Amino acid sequence: MIKPDHITTTTCPYCGVGCTLELHVKDDFIFKVTSPFDSPVNHGNLCVKGRFGYDFVYHPKRVLTPMVRRYLLESVQSSVISEQWRSRKDAPDLGYQSLITNYQSQTPWDWIETDWNTALDITANKLIEIYQRDGSDAMAVYCCAKATNEDNYLLQKLYRALFRTNNVDHCTRLCHAGSVVALQQAVGSSAMSNTASQVTMNDVFIVTGSNTTENHPIISLQMKEAVEKHGAKMIVIDPRRIELVDFAEMWLPLKPGTNVPLFTAMAYVIVEENLVNHDFIDDRTEGYPEFLASLEKFTPEYAEQICGVPAEDIRKAARLYAKAKNAAIYWGMGISQLSHGTASAMALIHLAFLTGHIGRDGTGLNPLRGQNNVQGASDMGAMPFHYPGYMRVDDEANAAQWEKTWNIEPGGLSRRLGLTTTEILSHAYEGGIRALYIMGENPMMSEPNLNETRKHMEQLEFLVAQDIFINESAAFADVFLPATPFAEKDGTFSNTDRRVQRVRAAQPPRGQSRPDWQILCDLAQRIEARLGRPTARWDYTHPEQILREMAGVNPDYAGITYERIDKVGLIYPVPDLTHPGTPTLFTQSFPRGRGKFTPLDYVPVREQADDEYPFILTTGRLLEHWHGGTMTRNSALNEAYPEARVEIHPADAEIHGIRNGDPVKVQSRRGEVVLRATVTEKTSVGVVFIPWHFHEAAANLLTNDALDPQAKIPEFKACAVQVFPARENELSNPDVMLSRGRY
Amino acid sequence: MTITFSMDGKEISVEQGLTLLDAARENGTDIPTICFHEATTSNALCRICVVEVEGMRLLQPACIVQAAEGMKVQTRSERVVRARKTILEMLASTLDLSDAPEILTLMDQYGAKADRFPEAERRESAVKDDNPMYIRDYSKCLLCWRCVQVCADDAQYTFAINFEGRGYETQIGTFFDHAIPETTCVLCGQCVGVCPTGALKPKREYLLEQGLSPQEISVMNTGRKRRSKVTGQKSE
Repeated sequence: MIKPDHITTTTCPYCGVGCTLELHVKDDFIFKVTSPFDSPVNHGNLCVKGRFGYDFVYHPKRVLTPMVRRYLLESVQSSVISEQWRSRKDAPDLGYQSLITNYQSQTPWDWIETDWNTALDITANKLIEIYQRDGSDAMAVYCCAKATNEDNYLLQKLYRALFRTNNVDHCTRLCHAGSVVALQQAVGSSAMSNTASQVTMNDVFIVTGSNTTENHPIISLQMKEAVEKHGAKMIVIDPRRIELVDFAEMWLPLKPGTNVPLFTAMAYVIVEENLVNHDFIDDRTEGYPEFLASLEKFTPEYAEQICGVPAEDIRKAARLYAKAKNAAIYWGMGISQLSHGTASAMALIHLAFLTGHIGRDGTGLNPLRGQNNVQGASDMGAMPFHYPGYMRVDDEANAAQWEKTWNIEPGGLSRRLGLTTTEILSHAYEGGIRALYIMGENPMMSEPNLNETRKHMEQLEFLVAQDIFINESAAFADVFLPATPFAEKDGTFSNTDRRVQRVRAAQPPRGQSRPDWQILCDLAQRIEARLGRPTARWDYTHPEQILREMAGVNPDYAGITYERIDKVGLIYPVPDLTHPGTPTLFTQSFPRGRGKFTPLDYVPVREQADDEYPFILTTGRLLEHWHGGTMTRNSALNEAYPEARVEIHPADAEIHGIRNGDPVKVQSRRGEVVLRATVTEKTSVGVVFIPWHFHEAAANLLTNDALDPQAKIPEFKACAVQVFPARENELSNPDVMLSRGRY
Repeated sequence: MTITFSMDGKEISVEQGLTLLDAARENGTDIPTICFHEATTSNALCRICVVEVEGMRLLQPACIVQAAEGMKVQTRSERVVRARKTILEMLASTLDLSDAPEILTLMDQYGAKADRFPEAERRESAVKDDNPMYIRDYSKCLLCWRCVQVCADDAQYTFAINFEGRGYETQIGTFFDHAIPETTCVLCGQCVGVCPTGALKPKREYLLEQGLSPQEISVMNTGRKRRSKVTGQKSE
């Protein structure tokens, strides 16, 4: 029996649920993870990632020394570098040691290990060189929904205060941007209106576009408990027969990307059968007459033709939801990751407005946020349109307030909206974005249409990667700054419930790696000195000082201190130091005043199945893996689920002569991948599914980079592909075979 | 509604519906437990929490028996102490309790002798090492049922494990004794989290105990060496 040296209580670094973890550490090695049974979010339950997924902290491929490309030490002309070498991608499968030593001939693109002083000086000098030559518009940064609130606040501050640009974004753009824009328009706030654990207070709830069991495992336990122990009725609306269907009252298997007609037809039924909450509409909303006029064509029969869901089921679901005492909607990427993602989310919001199922415990509009701290990174202003606290950058009063906080001359901050994640890379060309700073993100896995993304990455003049591994994106970097993972730093995460919780270091940083906030402070001080811009504070000695600076201006966080969240996190808004937090929003009014109806029209997904590309590909995630795989593919989780699989319906498989486990090639207009097939009724006829975690068969080589016009979110959830048998030797690793009995 | 009853001669008042165990804890009386867990449904399997209730023929498990008006309860009578001591001695005679420090402490407290039943057949079985996340060492399992419950509707709704066999042959197992990855198991480890005796253990902790270094453990997922094969156990 192993006795731990110490047990550190912290917050899980994987999904937005924000489970409390106890890391049992012996000789600076996490050998066991438990969770206290009185933890407010997860009640002692964890999923496989949270309980077992920590080998990446100790993985031999983790980079522990700052590294720069050889040319930076030998002052070779960087233009030569970008043309000649940047397109040579380091194989992410190799350890970085082999990247350093294995080359036969020395090239200017070799990684050279160096010290922090050299790496940070080079970074500061190059960024300043580009900034002074090409101006603010050449600078851009990806913040990180995995990093802490403090890290994100500092990075957006660095770019806004020192480089005077709003080209600041992070992966929320690829995730819930559609929901965020719709909620901002309709209610004026973009977080979940209620907490996830309130699901047990619902009579009826809708889960749509979310494979909750695999992506928010602990919330799915609460959903199952609501059904099994509290008698709630669950309506699952999803193209895939996800595991939650086993517990559902109804499953509406709609075709991918047909959310608007389906939900609007439900609205039609609610109006037609007079299940409308007139008091709520009169007192709390606006734009209802115009909305009513737009409903006319959305009969359930019309929706049936488009969605493939029987009209009678649409009616039944609408009645269930509308007649419930308490009903809530939980949704995921299946709503937002579409070229009409904003409209999809809006269609859901209308259901809550019509029935008044919002503003009370156990109701609400609940976009389940993906990353552990995507809520926090958004709150911290890691977005091109907003300062921390969702204060618009084009509002003079907001800019003036942050100029005062950051000690900047009046008019110093940029008032122009910045570029979004997707736009930053597509603007990477001469005269556009020249330097990109990536903290912990992996666009070479997470962007749509990766072949195109790769061309953009090659166009960058200078790329800084601050990460723990050389992942698919850091392979394009000029400088690599080794940061520490969650287990080696302090700070806070804000979960999908808006609960701000502590992250605590369980062990000192390994090797020379440093916590992100320390790297950013050090870098900012160098840039500030060279620019002669002695502006904001950069000499923090503890992350709490960073949080307090932010909370001084952001009223939602005003009452949050490390002391108050030492044991149990607080749910913001927390307007003052004695406020207990706000689990349920909008009880009296919406932040924008009245909730706003917006008439919608049906816009089909950009790419339809046709004779040449007869299948619709939809992408998603797996229980065992996390996003681009930087963490999970470098841990024992990879052994639990080692290979990408494409799910295909038995009827389709038979037509194409595909058996379970056969290698197949999946091809779209943009790329192709080879992987094994799983023949399963989990997917529907005409729809194939690929998880996007695996670089060997990256689903995003296939996906469509069409954007939602308002939210700029790409259409990950639907594109046309063809599928045909392939040979074993076309697989990148034919020896790896998955054997799992789970759903 | 409040009820009043006597515990060890002391009158106490509690909310109706509380178990004797809850009532005892509320009033600072110590009743030992093994199979009981706050997060799982109580089943009164191990019987270490038995108490003597006046008028009842058998000792009563405090974890499920509700306190009632006028009850007279003895939590440490001679009969209770003898029963607990015997339960501990029977556990120790058949199981490996080396990873169950709380039970070992109880044995000290009750003066239980591990060698009281030298003829007992020990419940020995090979370590089951068939998945990358945790091992199952049923030589240490006292059949408290917590793992089965959290795998079922006390938490996870996965139903991957259950009792198999009858009587002395009873064990926790998977359907048809399939290896864990081939069952409905989602590797959440809820079972590991509630195991009181170290019968279920994270793989990393187990490998450290086997003398492997953190460095050796950390490379086991890089393909050179599969974790599930490291101890040479078959994972059929």
